[in-house]
Amino acid sequence: MLSPTMVVLALVVFYPLVAALRESFYESGQRLDADGFVVEGEWFAGLANYAGVAQQRFMNAALNTTLFTVVTVALEVVLGVAMALIMQRAFRGRALLRAGILIPWAVPTAVAGLMWKWIFQADGVANALLGTEILWTADGAWAKLAVIVADTWKTAPFVGLLVLAGLQIIPADVYEAARVDGATPRQTFWRVTLPLVRPALLVAVLFRLMDALRVFDLPYVLVGPRKQSVETLSGLIWDEATRVHYGPASAYGTALFGYIAVIAFVFVKLLGADLLGDVRARRREGSARVA
Amino acid sequence: MKALHVTTAALALGASLVACGSAEEQQAPAQERGPITFLGGKFEAESVQKIVDAWNAAHPDEKATVVLLPESADEQRRKLIQNAQTKSAAGDVILIDAVWTSEFAANRWVDELTLDTSGFLPTTVETAKYRDKLYAMPVFTGTGLLYYRTDLVEQPPKTWAEMRRICDEVLPEQRDMSCYGGQFDKYEGLTVNFSEAVASAGGELLDASGQPQLTGEPAKQAATFLADGFKSGMIPKEAITYKEEEGRVAFQEGKLLFYRNWAYGYEAAQKTDGSSKVHGKFDVAPIPGLTGPGAGTLGGNNLALSAFSQHKQSARDFIAFMTSAAQIKAFAQTSSMPVPLTAVYEDPAMIEKYPYLPALKEGILAAKPRPKAVRYGDVTAAIQESAYAIVTGAKPVDQGLSELQSALGPLLK
Repeated sequence: MLSPTMVVLALVVFYPLVAALRESFYESGQRLDADGFVVEGEWFAGLANYAGVAQQRFMNAALNTTLFTVVTVALEVVLGVAMALIMQRAFRGRALLRAGILIPWAVPTAVAGLMWKWIFQADGVANALLGTEILWTADGAWAKLAVIVADTWKTAPFVGLLVLAGLQIIPADVYEAARVDGATPRQTFWRVTLPLVRPALLVAVLFRLMDALRVFDLPYVLVGPRKQSVETLSGLIWDEATRVHYGPASAYGTALFGYIAVIAFVFVKLLGADLLGDVRARRREGSARVA
Repeated sequence: MKALHVTTAALALGASLVACGSAEEQQAPAQERGPITFLGGKFEAESVQKIVDAWNAAHPDEKATVVLLPESADEQRRKLIQNAQTKSAAGDVILIDAVWTSEFAANRWVDELTLDTSGFLPTTVETAKYRDKLYAMPVFTGTGLLYYRTDLVEQPPKTWAEMRRICDEVLPEQRDMSCYGGQFDKYEGLTVNFSEAVASAGGELLDASGQPQLTGEPAKQAATFLADGFKSGMIPKEAITYKEEEGRVAFQEGKLLFYRNWAYGYEAAQKTDGSSKVHGKFDVAPIPGLTGPGAGTLGGNNLALSAFSQHKQSARDFIAFMTSAAQIKAFAQTSSMPVPLTAVYEDPAMIEKYPYLPALKEGILAAKPRPKAVRYGDVTAAIQESAYAIVTGAKPVDQGLSELQSALGPLLK
């Protein structure tokens, strides 16, 4: 049973990784012969393709990616937990509310991006409601905010859903015990709910981190490519690749891969090595109940 | 009746092509003929389909199938390059943007063509050449036109100064109206608008030998016109987010007195279904310049033969068929997309149907192509980078231009 798994993994995970790594050391399609034709073939370029990693554009993209990740994941955790707590309550119209909360997550990102673009355009809803004349989709600080708002709207429900799954496997008698001991709602949340939902929450955060670090579509659709204020690492890689600079694109891709791998590693190390195995089982159980 | 007329013409032409085709068939290897695929754009798909139907009726063994490429030009280019890199025969005849000819030719993604281009507007043929050899056939064209409000402006301005003067007279009595708009978002449209401004100031981005000319007086005048335009509010500040459509909507809402756009906007602004507040109250003119009429940037699309086609002879014939005078005229009957054939602009019936044709012809003949470069993607990115910094005021004109000058140098080698 192991070998087919390994074959599939090798094909879909390791091969692209190795191919990109190899590509990142080569140069191709950049030389013209005397007749003006592109010389076919590729040349070993050493670390030349990695030179851009130290340059301003890559650094700016790395900073944007990091800022974007930290801010959106933090906002989404707070909002997601709040959503989960509300969704968990038993009241009339709960199903409707749950569906309502989950809709943003079900909308394809590109569509959400377009929708927010209309909201944020010069004569859009955002400016009308706020009574402002801000150019949200032009390059600048406001564009950052626009992307953060749109992303939070879109993915907070995802965190909410995972946390909800975690909440539902907390046994009712724990809450009963807390009540008998006279715990206030606030104490119950901090001392009972949060510690018990922590594994599910960590998985949600880990998933969101991975996602946010490679974000591409939302800034691309909402603000546009090559806008300094919102260019992410994936955006930069996409831009290099579309201009047939496969060498630098692969180099930046490899760098991004390394960055994400380090973050994931540190995250898992810091917050418990058994996190994944342990929680996956619970989550499965949890989502079965949600369904 | 018109449709019948068109079909008859198409069939007659098709039949004549079959006749000459069969003579060639004996020379061409058998495998060079067969069914072909045409990778076309989404715009004007219906009118294009009519040409393809005419071809198919005349060539039952070499039927052409139309496959539509994604809508945005960047996506189209990406898809075509992907095909080329995998040497895919997915498209025999491909529709490429006029500015991609050099890149596609230099990479040997498209084959050289030997077709008669004498009936075409010379500037459009130029966009289909790389190092003086023909690699594509112009099929759609176009250039910037100045849309203006006839109810507020008597004579369209010929110079930027005149335009400013008219605005100063007209605007104080209008509410929520700005003077001038174009496409200034950071995308290909900005390259178009910027190079248009430089050409209208009497310069060019590159000189005849292909060297960048951005430190000269025309480039400086052009950049100053745009930067000052934004600073003074002559160009509304939201124009920094305008692509074609955003600006078109603004013009139709009556928020702009002058707007630079392609010919396609004419039909939409003329609509009487309430979507346009300016129908019957606007016209188009050649764009203004620094000291006299300006020079637009040439747009358009060309047909090219994929180097990886399995049925090259059929594909060549198809390109010849689609760019034949009869087919282009038939196409122009059903579509307002400008075509590169000179005869169309001189046909009184056509001028009656599309009153902007004389202005457009003048514009196209005066138009300047964007820089020809194998690495056009890098060139346009560099232009957008500097032009965006200049129009947003992030960088002073001189600094932006000298940075662009040095950025373009290595890209054009």
